[in-house]
Amino acid sequence: MIAALIIVFREVFEAGLIVGIVLAVTHGVARRGVWISAGVAAGVLGSCVMAAFAGLISQAFAGAGQELVNATVLSIAVVMLTWHNVWMARHGRELAAEFRAAGQAVAAGAKSLFALAVVVCVAVLREGFEVVMFLYGVLASEGASAIEVFAGGVLGLLLGAAVCAATYFGMLNIPQRYLFGVTSFMIAFLAAGMAAQAIGFLEQANVVVALDQTVWDSSWLLSDGSILGRVLRTLIGYNDHPTLMQLAVYGATLAVMFGLMKLMAPPARNHAVIA
Amino acid sequence: MALIWPGASWPTASLAGIAATVLAWCWAIAPAHAQDAIEVTITVKDHAFNPAQIEIPAGKAVALRVKNLDSSPMEFESKSLRVEKVLTGNGEALINIRPQKPGRYEFFDDFHAATTKGVVVVK
Repeated sequence: MIAALIIVFREVFEAGLIVGIVLAVTHGVARRGVWISAGVAAGVLGSCVMAAFAGLISQAFAGAGQELVNATVLSIAVVMLTWHNVWMARHGRELAAEFRAAGQAVAAGAKSLFALAVVVCVAVLREGFEVVMFLYGVLASEGASAIEVFAGGVLGLLLGAAVCAATYFGMLNIPQRYLFGVTSFMIAFLAAGMAAQAIGFLEQANVVVALDQTVWDSSWLLSDGSILGRVLRTLIGYNDHPTLMQLAVYGATLAVMFGLMKLMAPPARNHAVIA
Repeated sequence: MALIWPGASWPTASLAGIAATVLAWCWAIAPAHAQDAIEVTITVKDHAFNPAQIEIPAGKAVALRVKNLDSSPMEFESKSLRVEKVLTGNGEALINIRPQKPGRYEFFDDFHAATTKGVVVVK
């Protein structure tokens, strides 16, 4: 039961962190609950569909189907996170000003919520697939111990939800005036980490072969399989032995993200009006 | 879509674009590499790898074919070889191992990590 709890918790926890961050980012935005729930639901449904077709996916693309699905799904999340940050850089200030005008906020918030709902869906889908496969395996084959293992799995899920809640309520303690800046940074690093992970899957599929030398190996110091390592892997893309290509893409994602945010930010004279 | 979320047209379009590009790219490239690699097959039965130790030459690409003979799914994983791949019950998977330096590279079934382990020895 403990083994099942750990396996399920480990997977759910990464999705929990991301959902918690998205909840904090959208704090106060009208109808965010509907969007985020829809994202989670789509992710769970997607996990089940992916598990049902796991054999087919695996055999597709000369056996690299699973890696390609992972890389594609991660790339989609990177685009959505970038789009969200750029959109917020452009409209965040007016959005905050319009919070009280409920009608406006619904219309404005919905654009950005779409992107974040996709991110939530992707986060749940990626981790959920493994959870579904694992629990299915337990139910299908391990007989007498199945109920116990299943209970462990459910407990793991609940713990993952607790991580989500802790992240959310923790981030709400950030004073409102810093929240926007802090979340922009978190989202940028989240995206860069996901981009590097996507490269990892493309490398595993032998699609990306250039710059594949390991830049450092810090697994002796902090393994990215440990709890702290996993937290950092999710939040900033920590990798204990990245390839040069992964580092390059990580840097490029940050550069593109911050570059676009600067480019799309409203002209400086708006500052004077608000201040 | 654009009617419902005016701002969503850009992410939706790039979403489709990325998916199409990545998939098309991979379709063209992925099979080419698999052919020049040395192929090694290992099986998993009753949650045990057979053989549990495989030796491969240093600096050569290897295509490791893993056949899961158990009815439950597994996840073949190796941190040092940078591989993680879920296999269905009675399924198989091709794991690409890049040319490696001599050393021991451990792998395991992440769903039964305590018991189902093996090692690739690169010489």
